[in-house]
Amino acid sequence: MIEVLSETRCTSCNVCVKACPANVFDAVPGHVPVIARQEDCQTCFLCEIYCPVDALYVATDPEHVTGITESTVVEAGLFGSYARALGWRKGREGGADRDPTHQLRQASLTGARSTAP
Amino acid sequence: MPDHIRLQSDVLVIGGGPAACWAALAAREAGCSVVLVDKGYVGTSGATAPSNTGTWFATTPEQRARLVAERAKQAEGLADVRQMGRVIDAATQHLNLLAERGYPFPRDDEGELYIANLRGPDYMRFLRTQLVRAGVTIRDHHPALELLVAGEVVAGAAGFARQLDRNWEARAGAVVIATGGCAFGSRILGATGLTGDGQLMAAELGASLSGMEFSNQYGIVPLHSSVNKGLPYFWASFYRTDGSAIDIPPGQRFPILARESLEGPIYARLDRATGALPDALRRGQPNCFLPFDRAGIDPFSDAFPIALRSEGTVRGTGGLRRADDDCSVGIPGLFAAGDALERQDIAGAATGGGGPNASWAIATGVWSGKGAAAFALRLGSRAHERTVRPAGQAGLRPAASTRTVDAAEAVALVREEMLPVDRNFFRSAPKLDGSLARLDAAWGAVRDHAQGSGATAFRLREAAALLASSRWAYRAALLRTETRGMHRRLDAAGSDPAQMRRISIAGVDQPSLGFDIQPAEAAAS
Repeated sequence: MIEVLSETRCTSCNVCVKACPANVFDAVPGHVPVIARQEDCQTCFLCEIYCPVDALYVATDPEHVTGITESTVVEAGLFGSYARALGWRKGREGGADRDPTHQLRQASLTGARSTAP
Repeated sequence: MPDHIRLQSDVLVIGGGPAACWAALAAREAGCSVVLVDKGYVGTSGATAPSNTGTWFATTPEQRARLVAERAKQAEGLADVRQMGRVIDAATQHLNLLAERGYPFPRDDEGELYIANLRGPDYMRFLRTQLVRAGVTIRDHHPALELLVAGEVVAGAAGFARQLDRNWEARAGAVVIATGGCAFGSRILGATGLTGDGQLMAAELGASLSGMEFSNQYGIVPLHSSVNKGLPYFWASFYRTDGSAIDIPPGQRFPILARESLEGPIYARLDRATGALPDALRRGQPNCFLPFDRAGIDPFSDAFPIALRSEGTVRGTGGLRRADDDCSVGIPGLFAAGDALERQDIAGAATGGGGPNASWAIATGVWSGKGAAAFALRLGSRAHERTVRPAGQAGLRPAASTRTVDAAEAVALVREEMLPVDRNFFRSAPKLDGSLARLDAAWGAVRDHAQGSGATAFRLREAAALLASSRWAYRAALLRTETRGMHRRLDAAGSDPAQMRRISIAGVDQPSLGFDIQPAEAAAS
């Protein structure tokens, strides 16, 4: 679930409020948004890539709060890590044209004709 | 609460995934004004957005014939080869259209555009841009709670705008339901909103469903994660706690892992991926690596704990039954698309997960959008002069006295009854009977007593929809006294040729169901 919204990184643009499909965040006038309905988070990680300043961190457990802190996320270099892996930058899409999945599907087809289950 | 938000259009599309977007685009191209209302945000909503999905298409007649033959074999007699061909053709055409409009497909090793894969976040963001360009009115965070009818004809929908704290009412000449499948509360990627809302709304008007017994597809996830993406496990070996390898005969991965998971913890390691594959996996499937990277696991060298998570009808095949090629569901003015529809046509008793479902969303999206547009244009301006009444029942209009009903409690019950492997992967009459008794009791409480407005109504309707889909699924599972495809009965292990028929079910409160008279493939003309 979404666990960290960095108040120091956040610019209060409220893109996360808009883009979260489960309506987890609430905008707060004059302040950064809050995680208002954490238990509704579907752990899809998409708020991270829509955030233009890499201020959000979604822990991978969809059912339990892990309690991870902002400093741990920073030390592990995890802010913005999903966006970087995709090739998205500053909340803008990118990288789909470099997706090498065709190599995987080709390899799985070749493998299926031999031994793999 | 302030006044209703009032919306009006020729075609109203309910939903925000790929099927909804394709429906909206098709209706717009047919010359209709279009409003699209979604529970979430168009771009991130639904099961496609967080994923990376294959597509199902053919560039030559030989390839098309091969795809159809492959799927027909897996479908165990319940598919429709004519519809398969239609889906492949429509998807191929529109995947090429995506490329023409600038979707950044990669190129393969021969330099050819590779349209066999769509990256979820990019695809859905691209479709949103297309909707905006086409002049579709998008209303995010506007879940629909019920349909509106004029006499016997669907004439719009009503719902709640979550971020505005206002009710909305949308009048339209025709409505497309593209609200997705039902995940029964499973925490898989993109499934929170997939509560079967459209199935409930359509069934309240008499639409029937089919294939609901095929609602128990399961996917592998790294333990305590939501990431149910299967491709990396092609290169996995599976282990028990003592390090012994789990032997998996071809085609038996899920039954074996399900059985092993009931005996003790199970593990996977992507140790069959060698050479260039680990790098390609990492770059091609970045979402799959989130649970590993965030837990400090190297999945190529470390065995990591896994679990099976239910994917409900999202990767099962049950849903609303089409009445016609235009995706009408048999109620005038009402059409459906994508995972809200049953997908036995292309998948039968097996999963349509991945490419076939992605192409199904495109094809049925386009057909339903065209069908709805034709219906709305025939009605013309008279459409908006009609007197309408709301058609929603459970959760909105109690059959008996109003009293507090806890929606969260009902959702928790659905999860307990529908998600466990030992209850739903391996089915038996006693377990199904027990679950149905508890689900029916919870349904009775919602039907008789639940009433809410605003955010409470939204939660109650989700609970009602989850209960409705659960009750259809287990009734169909009880009727099918055999094992076929993903439907596995411990008390009826073989397949029965006499049951090579689809099961249809209608009615919400007291569902009636039975086997179709004609075999699916004979019915395909």
